[in-house]
This record gives sequence, structure tokens and C-alpha cells, in this order.
Amino acid sequence: MPSEQKLGSAIVDTVFANMVSSQNESSLLSSEGDSQRTQYPYVTGTSVIGIKYKDGILMAADMGGSYGSTIRYKSVERLKQVGKHSLIGASGEISDFQEILRYLDELILHDSMWDDGNSLGPKEVHNYLTRVLYNRRNKFDPLWNSLVLGGVKNGQKYLGSVSMIGVHFEDDHVATGFGNHLARPILREEWREDLTFEEGVKLLEKCMRNLLYRDRSAVNKLQIAKITEEGLTISQPYSLKTFWNFAAFKNPTVGAEGSW
Amino acid sequence: MQMTTIIQMSKQTVNTSKLENPHSVLQPKISLLFYHFSDLKFLPIVSPLHKLYLKMSNEAMDVPKTGFSFDLCRRNEMLTKKGLKSPGYLKTGTTIVGLIFENGVILGADTRATEGPIVADKNCEKIHYMAPNIYCCGAGTAADTEAVTDNISSQLKLHRYHTGRESRVVTALTLLKSHLFRYQGHVSAALVLGGVDVTGPHLHTIYPHGSTDTLPFATMGSGSLAAMAIFESEYREGLTRDEGVNLVTKAICSGIFNDLGSGSNVDVCVIEKGKKEYLRNHLTPNPRTYISSKGYTFSKKTEVLLTKITPLKELVDVVPVGGDAMEE
Repeated sequence: MPSEQKLGSAIVDTVFANMVSSQNESSLLSSEGDSQRTQYPYVTGTSVIGIKYKDGILMAADMGGSYGSTIRYKSVERLKQVGKHSLIGASGEISDFQEILRYLDELILHDSMWDDGNSLGPKEVHNYLTRVLYNRRNKFDPLWNSLVLGGVKNGQKYLGSVSMIGVHFEDDHVATGFGNHLARPILREEWREDLTFEEGVKLLEKCMRNLLYRDRSAVNKLQIAKITEEGLTISQPYSLKTFWNFAAFKNPTVGAEGSW
Repeated sequence: MQMTTIIQMSKQTVNTSKLENPHSVLQPKISLLFYHFSDLKFLPIVSPLHKLYLKMSNEAMDVPKTGFSFDLCRRNEMLTKKGLKSPGYLKTGTTIVGLIFENGVILGADTRATEGPIVADKNCEKIHYMAPNIYCCGAGTAADTEAVTDNISSQLKLHRYHTGRESRVVTALTLLKSHLFRYQGHVSAALVLGGVDVTGPHLHTIYPHGSTDTLPFATMGSGSLAAMAIFESEYREGLTRDEGVNLVTKAICSGIFNDLGSGSNVDVCVIEKGKKEYLRNHLTPNPRTYISSKGYTFSKKTEVLLTKITPLKELVDVVPVGGDAMEE
């Protein structure tokens, strides 16, 4: 009957109006009740560089954790193993990286509990990370990291990257942060399919030295990690040699003493 | 139609010629309230020219003040806040580099000039002449780099006539940095200045606010990081001319291919003691491919590509039922 219908619709309307008004009061971007959202990073790591080489993946990252403009921590390990086949390197907020490591730990644990002789490879882990990061970004609460994921499974090399908004791709050489601007041109020029281990390390060191000169949050203490079909090794921390003996550095005002 | 707005002016009458520092004269304060079309004196003041008319009517023309007049900045800011789009400008969005080799200086630049996302000039010249032995690459606003380098080039020429000697790089450096500092960064010109004079080869970078650096190798512009990556990994002192030109070309190519603001061709300029070589379009790594040699012809009428006639077939046989089908 028309009168009943009208009443029903009136109830629906008022309920809807209430919902809308309460939504407007605590709107999607209000900060009163949502103080848990990540607004900006605090302790950050700088770039990570990864390349594919003949036998697997090589990754390099320095060990600095900057707190704003001070270099607060100088022994942060930003390259970690994930399961049997993968290696993850992270730049960005260190606490979010530690949270991601806990998620990955749980993932690997559940996978090994199946006890089926199969284990998650780098492609699967990369996909998992992409989903996690993208969904967090959709909730306006991102994990403030750019990750590099590499590994070898069944002879297949894999190297991929995910950013904090969920942009992911797979490539022969990846870099995060400042490495995008300073390392990528060198890698595009000099990367080859059949790099040996020594050549790969030299290439990574070239890029890391560049970053050391031109990135203000870089520290001269880095680790290089290698992952192949056999397994994973992360090197001991070491530092790079730098060169400062240019004539123009030593005497910039030659021929015009007193100028600046 | 009469617009009912009158200008109210309060002007402090200070005689500028007696003051030591004419910069300290307070500008007439104008509050826009009403104006009448009929009276020229009461038009809304929106340019220094109108102010000049007013000044002329009230006091004798004195020496125009030097330096940048910041009077209109507050008004411009207010207009931008209200939503007025300020006119765009041609930026170079560039890769420019310089390095010192064993006998002199080599400068390099790409040739793309951008206007926002559009490439305005595919083959512009970014290496500007300053003196026979000094050249300057410019990044930033194209008009600013052109004007500034032309201006200082003229001043250097006059100085050469005055002194009878070859210009020195530090002279050009000091003239450029004083000019840019006086304009407090509003002249958006980032320069790589290089040359060889009696004291040897010199290479300097000059930033829009007026600070300078003396360097063995330098890069500026949006592609500076890509080019610097190449320089930092491969530069050493005592390069030969060919090695230097190759390294500069490599660095500019790195900027062209890895930076969106740089592109097209590579210009190189080699300056040595007593001679210089300006290699315009030394390398053209972006040629136009797939050009039809016969050209394109377009017919003047609509071309018929295909004629196909499909007769309409009835899918459903309409059987008229006794009586109207629409009745209930």
C-alpha cells in the first residue's frame, strides 16, 4: 500500500541522514580519533641498490639510520633474509621495516607449517608485500618504506621493487630513494646480463660511492648481500675509499687571491 | 556607465635627490576604494608607469632608482591567492656540465627548452658567449639566462676596451654573482661559467641567489644528478681533449636519457689557451625516425574505403492476433 511504502522510505531516509551526518562529523581525514596514522617518517634509511648478475642477485645498502637531519644510528642492518629463497632490502622508516619483517616472519612460518616440501619464492613474497603496502596506503596509513626484493628459485632469478604507495615492478636493476637519480643512470649504462660476482660488486660500489658523495644521509659503512641458488650471504660492514685531492678543491682561488 | 570607485592616496613627500640612499624612500600607499573613468589621475594604479605619471605631475623627474622594485610583490601575492594565474615562463629544464681537462675547460649542454610539460624548443642554444675565451652555460628561466649573460658580456667588452687586456673568468664571475645577488634569487639563472685566461683554466657554478663554487667538474639543471653520477664515477685530473669531450658527451647523454626535462642533442664547447671550438650539435642521439620520403598527401574529398550493402532481414514473423495486442 502506498502509505506503508512512504513510511518505510521515511525511516530509511532518516537512518541514512543520520549515517551521513555522523560520517561528516568524524570525516575520513579527521585527526581526533585517528592518531595512529603515519603522517611522516622519523628514523629513515637511505637508498638500496639491487642488480641481477650471472649467478643470482646482488644488493647493497649502507647502515645508516637518520633521525631527521642527524645520522642517529650507524649500524642498522637494512638487508635481511626472507625464507629460503629471498632477500629484502628496505629504505624509509625503520620501524615500519621491522613491522614488515614480523609480517614476513609470520608468512614464512605459516608456509613452512604446511610442510609440503614447497616454499615461497621471491615472486610470491614480492606479491605479498605489494598487497600489504597497497592496502595500507588505501587506508591512509602507509608503511613508509621502499623495498627491494630479490631471490633465486629453481634457477630463476627475480628482482623487484615496491614503494610505499604500492607501485611495484620487476627489473634487472632497481634502486630506491636517491639511488633513483644517482645510481640508475650508471646502472642503465653499465649493467650487463653476464656480470660476474666481482664485476657486480665493483658496479655496486661505484654506485654507492656516488651516493656517498652526493646524498647527505649516506654513511660510509655498507653491506653487500648476495643470493644465489645455493643460498644467501650478507657481507660484514666495510667502508669505501674516497678521493678529495682535486686541484680546485685544494686551491679554489688560484689567480685571484682573496676572491670567494 | 560610471564605476563608483575612487582612489584615496596618501603620499609622503620626501625629496629623493637629497637622500643618500634613495632606496629608503617609502612608496605612495594606494588603497583602492573608488575611481572615476573620466579622470586619468584616478585610474587604478597597476604598473610603475602610472606611478611615473603621477610622480611627474607632482614633482620633478629625478634619477630612477636602481635595484629591483619590490612594490608590486604584495599585490601580486594577493592576486594569486584570490585565484589569478600568473603568466607562465619558458624554463630550460636542463642538463649543463663543465669540466677542467689538462689544457683548458670543456662545457656541455643539452638542447631542450620546456614550457611546463611541453617541449617549446627542440634545439635551443644553452652555451652563451661571454668573451672570446669565456663561455657560460645557463639553466633555469631561458629569458633570465639570456639576458644576464648578454648583459655581463657587454660589460666585459667595455672592460676589455678600457683595460686593453683579455677578460678574466673571475671578472665575469664577480659581475654575474653581484647581479644575481642584487635580485635576491628572482632572476632564476643557474650558470656554469668556464674559460681560460692568463691565470689558467677556471670553472665555476653560479646559483640563482648569487653563491658560487669553484670546481674541477660541475653539473647544473634538472639533469644534474644523472650527469653528476657519470662525472663522480669517471672524472680524473689530466684528461686529454678527446677523453674530456667523450666524458662530457656521456654525461649530457645520461641527462638526456634519464631526465625528462632534458633531451634532443648535445652541444659541446672546448676552450683552450688561445683558441676555442664551439661544437654545435656535436651529437644528435634523437633523430626523427620513420619519416615518409614521399611525404603525405591528403585527398580533398571524403575517401570511400569500402561499399557494402546488407539487406535487412526479418528475424521475427509478426503474426497479427485477432483484436489489439495492447488490450488487457
